[in-house]
Amino acid sequence: MATAPRYWRENPSRYNMVGFKCNNCGKYYFPPRIICPLCHRKSVGKTEPVKLKGTGAIFSFTEVHEGMDEHYVQKPYIVAMVELEEGAKVTGQVIDCDACDLSIGTKVRATLRKLSEEGSAGVIHYGYKFVPVRENGERPGDE
Amino acid sequence: MRRVAVIGVGITEFGELWDSSFRKLGIGAGLSAVGDAKITADKIEALFVGNMSAGRFIRQEHVGALIADYSGIARDNIPATRVEAAGASGGLALRQGFMAVASSLHDIVVVGGAEKMTDVSDVESSLIQSSAADQEWETELGATFASLHALMATRHMHDHGTTREQLADVAVKNHRHGALNPKAQFRREINRDVVLRSPMVASPLRVFDCAPSSDGAAAVILCPFDIAKKFTDSPVEIIGSGQASDSLGLHHRKDICTMAATRAATQRALKMAGLSQKDVDVAEVHDNYTISEIIAIEDLGFFPKGEGGKATEDGLTSLDGDVAVNTSGGLKARGDPIGATGVAQAVEIVSQLRGTADKRQVKDADVGLTQNVGGTGATVVVHLFRRV
Ligand SMILES: [Zn+2]
Repeated sequence: MATAPRYWRENPSRYNMVGFKCNNCGKYYFPPRIICPLCHRKSVGKTEPVKLKGTGAIFSFTEVHEGMDEHYVQKPYIVAMVELEEGAKVTGQVIDCDACDLSIGTKVRATLRKLSEEGSAGVIHYGYKFVPVRENGERPGDE
Repeated sequence: MRRVAVIGVGITEFGELWDSSFRKLGIGAGLSAVGDAKITADKIEALFVGNMSAGRFIRQEHVGALIADYSGIARDNIPATRVEAAGASGGLALRQGFMAVASSLHDIVVVGGAEKMTDVSDVESSLIQSSAADQEWETELGATFASLHALMATRHMHDHGTTREQLADVAVKNHRHGALNPKAQFRREINRDVVLRSPMVASPLRVFDCAPSSDGAAAVILCPFDIAKKFTDSPVEIIGSGQASDSLGLHHRKDICTMAATRAATQRALKMAGLSQKDVDVAEVHDNYTISEIIAIEDLGFFPKGEGGKATEDGLTSLDGDVAVNTSGGLKARGDPIGATGVAQAVEIVSQLRGTADKRQVKDADVGLTQNVGGTGATVVVHLFRRV
């Protein structure tokens, strides 16, 4: 697990989904980068931090049963790659649903949750997880 | 650039080798390669060691010097270099050795690879393997190494209609091959049901879709092609070497069903060799998960994108298929001591091209290929070999 300073360093992005926009090509990135991988030097001085909306659709997902420390997360849990509306893809957990409710394309939004704790009396780390967007009482995944 | 040949190979047994230390494994593989090449230790000019994470697996860094020391070659003060690129560490060590000989910097070079994984718990081993991905933006948000490959599998099934059974067929084939390899960790055939009923790791991937944690080491001896016949009647030439990188995080790739680094490294190696994919008779590819082999045989250009699963199901990658893939049993059945894997792939291809692969020998094998992957495809190393 990461140390507290490492988490604090990433806090603006972890808490608020602050990404990076390259005003040379118009592409969005998450997490922030120092230079745009497409524009290289042309992006220097033409980039800005941007708060992303945090809404998007599932690009791929999996239900994880093994391999993560039990103190870190209760198993099983869902990990997804989410394609955000701005175009960047991010990896995160999907909560408040079962894997069978999800499919590629299911709409989700980011929410701030506890990611992990360091030891029994340790620092609690927060960051984004995703929840399905429920509209009109529909279950996510219903077509 | 000088032409480069392999004149000796060595490999330890792979598995949970509780009575073997890291240094014992590394030296065992090195000694058997030196013996195979019929050279004396004083001829060795440089050592390259592929190793992913001895610091976390056995709390020992500086393993280049360690292996040189315990092999008895440090007393000649030869340069010893550790090479790390996660799962591609071994293949990358081979490339460093190849470049050292090709550039005329050294004549006789030993390339080794070693990992001792079973001294830590399964969860700890999984966390160490996950550090090959983006620790801050994948692992710490909950992604395991297996789960990232599961994301590829889910998407590959969605985009290309690859079936759960076709994934299982990769493991079934590699266990069938592994059963013929006396050095393999698993030497037992399995069927689809065994795979499909094994416990879930990260859906759709189950235990039998995943390579095991392993201890083991492998080594090869390289020398200039022109003097190779002085040492052996059956040298094997390295005719192509390609390396490529990609984003560390899987989510930064446009298409997670393709490893662009495999495509780039393959093109570079084929161009150097002046060959095409059709010339390859036998290949060792990085099947750390069953989906990885399907993606690999597509990106290597053996089959069109989306047809890797079907090709596997149809037996086209079996010993007697169009291109024999993972005759050693692959990472799945031979075992995957991470830093050793890329070198073990070369050992298998050299055995095939020498015609010494016994029961798993591919008939008239002339050209062989290795594909070694680091992380979820952020580093890929491809080598081409030809019988002399
Ligand atoms: Zn740009």
